[in-house]
Amino acid sequence: MPKLAVPPLADALPAGSFELVESQDDLPVIRVPAASIVDVCRVLRDHPALQFVVCLDITAADHFPRRPRIDIVYHLVSTSQSWTLRVVVQLNTVDEQVPTVSTVWPAANWLEREVWDLFGVTFTGHPQLERLLTPDDWEGHPLRKDYPVQVKLPVKTYAPLQLTEEEFRANVEADRRLRRS
Amino acid sequence: MGLEQQLEIPVLTTTVEKAVKWARSSAIWPVTFGLACCAIEMMAMSCSRYDVARFGAEVFRASPRQADLMIVAGRLSRKMAPVLRRIYDQMPEPKWVISMGACASVGGVFDNYAIVQGVDQVVPVDVFVPGCPPRPESLIYGIVQLQKKINESRI
Repeated sequence: MPKLAVPPLADALPAGSFELVESQDDLPVIRVPAASIVDVCRVLRDHPALQFVVCLDITAADHFPRRPRIDIVYHLVSTSQSWTLRVVVQLNTVDEQVPTVSTVWPAANWLEREVWDLFGVTFTGHPQLERLLTPDDWEGHPLRKDYPVQVKLPVKTYAPLQLTEEEFRANVEADRRLRRS
Repeated sequence: MGLEQQLEIPVLTTTVEKAVKWARSSAIWPVTFGLACCAIEMMAMSCSRYDVARFGAEVFRASPRQADLMIVAGRLSRKMAPVLRRIYDQMPEPKWVISMGACASVGGVFDNYAIVQGVDQVVPVDVFVPGCPPRPESLIYGIVQLQKKINESRI
């Protein structure tokens, strides 16, 4: 597969802030330390020669028992320059934390929630780090390599209403008023 | 009975039980509730080629209050299980459940933490339809089996 062109990152980013990695597929890949991910992402988005305005996906991969164990993977797209870039942040353990990039791309909010939900990586500064895909009372993070995948728990058949009784009554009353008018 | 001979107009006699069971079994209204790819076959079953209207089960209702059959069409995730149970509880009696396909019946290929291994853990199932997904004919056969069950039950 032909390799995609590598964007001129060295012009925009300070030397030593990133490391170009040999890619297994056609996407250019850079590796960034966790502490500087927000600064790097801001430059990638704002530099006029790059303009990575789309945060296409944030995901992770658990390489247990390898160290560093976790890869956080950001896929960025520059629509005006037709570039795609993969940014990888490596973590030694699942307890290490990454600064959130939801301040750079609002779309990163739910993507980081998903990564936290399934891998248990904490994003510091995230506005709402709650369960996204699994139920609210789930225990553990299912996509970790040491998660007991075929665990058999009893099925919950009841979940409380997410509305309070007062909110429910107010909704019904508002609906009645609407029908009468 | 002899009623037929005494009246000049033609009369059929039956019992209340038989009439009620006939009415119930020949107008089964399923609730519109598709969970996965089995729902596509369920839709095909109700469309013109297979036409489940021939068996009186074509009126898919978008409200559980008007339905009396739930076809669990697809794999049920643990997060969805309370929702399925709530829809089942909202259906008026009498009500029946068809578990359609391998995933709904026993979990299918999804032997993992996220999928309920059989919807009989959540709702009482009357008919299990095997297949992955079952063909529309299979599901129609399941509905005919359910009609037999209704006709043989006591009211």
